[in-house]
Amino acid sequence: MTADSSVVAAVADAHRREWAFVLAATVRVTRDLDLAEECVQDAYARALATWRSRGVPSNPGAWLTTVARRRAVDLLRRDATLRRSLPLLLDDQVDQGPAELSSHEVEDDRLRLIFTCCHPALAPEAQVALTLRLLCGLTTAEVARAFLVSEPTMAARITRAKKKIAAARIPYRVPPAAELPERIHAVLTVVHLLFTTGHTAPAGADLVRRDLVERSLDLARILRLLLPDDADVAGLLALILLTDARSATRVAAEGRLLLLEEQDRSQWDRSAISEGVALVREALRRRPPGRFALMAAIAAVHAEAPTWQDTDWREVVALYDVLVQIWPSPVVALNRAVAVGLASGPAAGLAALDALAAEPQLAGYGYLASARADFLRRLGRTREARQAYEEALLLTENAVERDFLTARLKDLTP
Amino acid sequence: MAEYLILLYEDEAGYARAGQQGLDQAMKEHNAFGENNAAALRGGNALEPTGAATSIRKDASGGFAVTDGPFAETKEALGGYYLIEAASLDEAIAVAKQVPAPFGGVEVRPIRTFD
Repeated sequence: MTADSSVVAAVADAHRREWAFVLAATVRVTRDLDLAEECVQDAYARALATWRSRGVPSNPGAWLTTVARRRAVDLLRRDATLRRSLPLLLDDQVDQGPAELSSHEVEDDRLRLIFTCCHPALAPEAQVALTLRLLCGLTTAEVARAFLVSEPTMAARITRAKKKIAAARIPYRVPPAAELPERIHAVLTVVHLLFTTGHTAPAGADLVRRDLVERSLDLARILRLLLPDDADVAGLLALILLTDARSATRVAAEGRLLLLEEQDRSQWDRSAISEGVALVREALRRRPPGRFALMAAIAAVHAEAPTWQDTDWREVVALYDVLVQIWPSPVVALNRAVAVGLASGPAAGLAALDALAAEPQLAGYGYLASARADFLRRLGRTREARQAYEEALLLTENAVERDFLTARLKDLTP
Repeated sequence: MAEYLILLYEDEAGYARAGQQGLDQAMKEHNAFGENNAAALRGGNALEPTGAATSIRKDASGGFAVTDGPFAETKEALGGYYLIEAASLDEAIAVAKQVPAPFGGVEVRPIRTFD
């Protein structure tokens, strides 16, 4: 690597690792999200030039923060009218500079930014967009691509959300202890949504959107660092690690979808699995266990089973039984029904699935049809299985999933 | 500090079914709400039911169309409001959660300020 390309790599690395840290600390000076973003972008541009001549600093995050905050103080001093005209963010501890800061206060700032982006008074899609933009430093074009909407649509969504934060005075702070569990839940929902969107992209040529999965993992790690005692945070990080540990084996070389049953378990990421399993154990210590901890525990049963045949399906069903109690969602009930089929045979599974047929939320959900198709196929009810595969095909836009269903259908054609 | 309007949207039929006893109960709850939030409250009123509402819109010919009824016909109608002062949306939501609205819910809107 040349000196020049190593600086470019160092700036890219700092962008990925330090963006939220630098922006959150700068917002404290500007009390305006747009101005803070501008100053942080400027700091990264300067890093590229300065680090080339003077070398990469030992603490890139602190260097970038100092530069961004100095820039903000300068701009605000030079243009007092700018300061007056901004609808300022509400901050109980306004920090007018100096531009230098201790690392202790910064961690707190990142949490403020997370809670502001994921405030329940913002629309869910706006929470996700703001989180990617402000915490992960994605450009508006990148956020738009991630959610398959046009760039002007996404820009309007982000602008509207920022305006609401200022106009309704959504505070830039960590909520008080009494509100914390509910607010942490809102944050975790956003991170989980990012992960699931990345793990199986709703549409497009690729099954997995690696960028979104990695962003969700970064965010879960930041939350774990900032809220080390929260069992739900531990549960979500565990869920992401354990599910993503299988990612290398989900698609065959030629692009074909591989089911859990067919995956090469020797290729699963063992270090992610052991980290995830330790987190699950910690998260399950809280009673009653939370939603993410239970989902992670199910993922852990799969991760630790040496083969598909050796999977402890009774344990999986038992975990789903608890999950469906605390999180009664039709999708959870569907997954439980599939596990019942694997624990007690396809006929039992089919009966459990058919009990869900009237569930309106599952009406357009392709996995119900494909799960039915699979049990019918195992029972030798070929004609009905084909019908169910055809139905499932109508309900997915993901090319890898479509290829899989088409192949299954072909196998059943006389 | 900022001002917020808390708008009470409720199903009028609910009060009709609850009768006088229901109204008395609601009145008691509103009085308690007022006492508990006296520091934040800047004003508030109950409105007559939507049957007493009149809506006025500009019509295509440049005149006015005056019609009987509320501006938007919905199951839950605007039935009253509180004007409060709060430091942030979180504080305003904390007050709004205490507003008695057994047959509906409330909406919180920041009061806009002009310099």
